[in-house]
Amino acid sequence: MLHIDYANYEALRAHGEETYPHECCGVLLGKSDAKGNHVKQIVRAGNTRTDSAHNRYNIAPQELVKIQRQARGLDIVGFYHSHPDHPAQWSATDFAEAHWMGCSYVITAVAKGKAEVTNSFLLTGSSEEDKRFVDQAIEIDVKAAGAGVSAEEETELKGQA
Amino acid sequence: MNIHIPTPLRTYTAGAETVSVPGATVAEVFSNLTTEYPELKQQLFSNDGKLRSFVNVYLNDEDLRYLPEKEATTVAQADELTIIPSIAGGADRMAECVCCSCCSLL
Repeated sequence: MLHIDYANYEALRAHGEETYPHECCGVLLGKSDAKGNHVKQIVRAGNTRTDSAHNRYNIAPQELVKIQRQARGLDIVGFYHSHPDHPAQWSATDFAEAHWMGCSYVITAVAKGKAEVTNSFLLTGSSEEDKRFVDQAIEIDVKAAGAGVSAEEETELKGQA
Repeated sequence: MNIHIPTPLRTYTAGAETVSVPGATVAEVFSNLTTEYPELKQQLFSNDGKLRSFVNVYLNDEDLRYLPEKEATTVAQADELTIIPSIAGGADRMAECVCCSCCSLL
């Protein structure tokens, strides 16, 4: 499961709206344990695929190194990007370019500039030869959203759309 | 010298974020690294012994691919290597397309 607080969840979705019709991308920092990946911070990254930013993204390795160095005790537990006017499902390119086993790949569909479905996929396997994406439920912690939220509503479980 | 290990590869370094390995060149350091942590070899290198295309290696702030001597570059104890797999992807269609025949061209 991917655990993320409401503010970060909304921030990564808003990023996709801001960059529309281009793809946004970023890094999920946090910790992993037996219960899944826990996001503590998201870091926006630049999309270097300016030649085809509407349907491709790439984070410069140097930027990734910088993010990792400045993570301050957190680990890279996943990545996010948007699919402008396209479903929130991983594509053949997403799969071919996925190399971070154990990490969450979060995809938000942005339709006509508005963030819609957000899904997460866990990259599993032990090597390039046997890797695969599996659907990963997202648990959104809405405590940070504050007043008026009942105990029952504090955690929203979001399954795959 | 210290080598920074990315999250997915820490499984093969007993969870260590950074490991210290001796060597006079980058190639020597990698050889010693994969001797000490044998499971890393398949992760980092293809069958022909070359670094996998998606594995980026930085010597301090320099991309190894752009160093004149590449893996033969000499290193000092105080230098640091960072291994960082690439991250990329994207939807496999044109954003302008809302369902038309052009999809079949992609």
